[in-house]
Amino acid sequence: MSLDVDEVKKIAYLARLKIEEADIPGYVSNLSDILDLVAQMNAVDTKGVTPMSHPLDAVQRLREDVVTEGNQRELFQAIAPKTEDGLYLVPQVIE
Amino acid sequence: MSQDEMKMYHKKNLVELSALLQAGEVSSVELTEYFLARINAHDKNLNSFISVTEVQALAAAEQADAALKNGTAGPLTGVPIAHKDIFCTEGVRTSCGSKMLDNFISPYDATVVSKLKQAGVVMLGKTNMDEFAMGSSNETSFYGAVKNPWDTDRVPGGSSGGSAAAVAARLAPAATGTDTGGSIRQPAAMCGITGIKPTYGRISRYGMIAFASSLDQAGPMAQSAHDCALLLNVMAGFDEKDSTCLDKDVPDYTAELGKPLAGLRIGLPKEYFGEGLDADVEKVVRGALDEYKKLGAELIDIELPNSGLSVPVYYVVAPAECSANLSRFDGVRYGYRCENPVDLMDMYTRTRGEGFGAEVKRRIMVGTYALSSGYYDAYYLKSQQLRHKISEDFREAFEKVDVIMGPTSPDTAFKIGEKSDDPISMYLSDIYTIAVNLAGLPGMSVPAGFVDGRPVGLQITGNYFRESQLLNVAHQYQLNTDWHRAIPEDFL
Repeated sequence: MSLDVDEVKKIAYLARLKIEEADIPGYVSNLSDILDLVAQMNAVDTKGVTPMSHPLDAVQRLREDVVTEGNQRELFQAIAPKTEDGLYLVPQVIE
Repeated sequence: MSQDEMKMYHKKNLVELSALLQAGEVSSVELTEYFLARINAHDKNLNSFISVTEVQALAAAEQADAALKNGTAGPLTGVPIAHKDIFCTEGVRTSCGSKMLDNFISPYDATVVSKLKQAGVVMLGKTNMDEFAMGSSNETSFYGAVKNPWDTDRVPGGSSGGSAAAVAARLAPAATGTDTGGSIRQPAAMCGITGIKPTYGRISRYGMIAFASSLDQAGPMAQSAHDCALLLNVMAGFDEKDSTCLDKDVPDYTAELGKPLAGLRIGLPKEYFGEGLDADVEKVVRGALDEYKKLGAELIDIELPNSGLSVPVYYVVAPAECSANLSRFDGVRYGYRCENPVDLMDMYTRTRGEGFGAEVKRRIMVGTYALSSGYYDAYYLKSQQLRHKISEDFREAFEKVDVIMGPTSPDTAFKIGEKSDDPISMYLSDIYTIAVNLAGLPGMSVPAGFVDGRPVGLQITGNYFRESQLLNVAHQYQLNTDWHRAIPEDFL
């Protein structure tokens, strides 16, 4: 399985990763190699095999829908890149 | 024993240090100062720590000493250890080996960290690791490669390479690690220490920065199986804050340590002794198996027919889960943000492009591709089906044998830089450990000898929740051998 430059750029966009133009060929070759490795899976017929969701067949545990954590906005925002009036700031989205 | 030898605390394991503390022959402050001094003196040659938490360590040691005096101490009170920098530690930088979290001061403790704190264990600092635990050599860390104390031109293994190197050089008596595809066992093998990855769900993942959630599991890394048992006693157990943590009683992991091995059935998978295994490593492993025979165990040939697929399966499951888990790093709420973003998209893409290293970006992209529209069935679904088949192989094997043994890694520690340009050859370093994570089984690595002065690990895999048996199987070997006592020359 080999990917081309455009496919790698598309994947990088979907993953929200800026990749320098100079680094693209390296990723094209590495990712293609990894997909070749992964293609070994196709040697085994898995028709009818149940996909594994948990090694011990555990089911999702549920809990009451109640508040369990107190408000710690100041503590959490103390490590944020940019905040104002208790809000997280990002570049302007709407003109 | 002379006074000076008495004070060589780095030559003592956790069991011995704990006895000295309980008997009042040393204080926790003395021990903590001793190991902080060792880190100061030696770590510049190893780079095994990202942060050394001297002030917090001494404060915790004073508290431990008070507990030891007033009779409220437990078996590990006052013992200093190091934490892999993947565990969130309140008020202390938790970088996960990444530029992305270089400025992240965690506002809370991981469950593993708080449990050990409550048990009176003192944290010396945070150990180096492959970025976001993605790597097998500790070369992908933002903070630089860690060096192997047995040969500083070589890697310590990874991803818990800092923990393994620190314990091997006795800069800390023990450390925590995490294991997604071999990240406790492979570095333990390459550094000549003992490490155990328990059954998936045995230890809470809360506050342990997620890589591949269905595979990640924490565990202790120490000088002996007995030391690991003491740490596991504290680390294991149910936690409401981790939805995959299992609600099952925690036994006393030291309780089975006296059991003789007569009649123990050891399975030897033919797939673990085939092509790709270094001949000298095989010789060392066979030597360990002979020792088990002397202890009364029976060696039985078995097959794990699908185990050859574990590396390909892992490189779908782990990247897919990591691409989802790492989407939280967007420069909005914490961690790195790029300079002067022009718009929101520019902020996301440059923050992530600049904040993550090459291996992390590779895996995010592989995972993104595998989960993208039209490819899900061919990749993720297929890998989960094969995971089922790999688990079935183990299930069948454990009907015939009690434990499974083989080499932890096909080779000893390789040279720094040797595999860093070739991801695939790096991935194959974990060829024997990955299947255990895919099946969710407990596994450990035990020092079994040396090849050209480099340690070799014996991997022991057990059935679900049979950590007690696994630890005893390792312990009996360690009662009859002294590989686990060896310390690299420069750190004696």
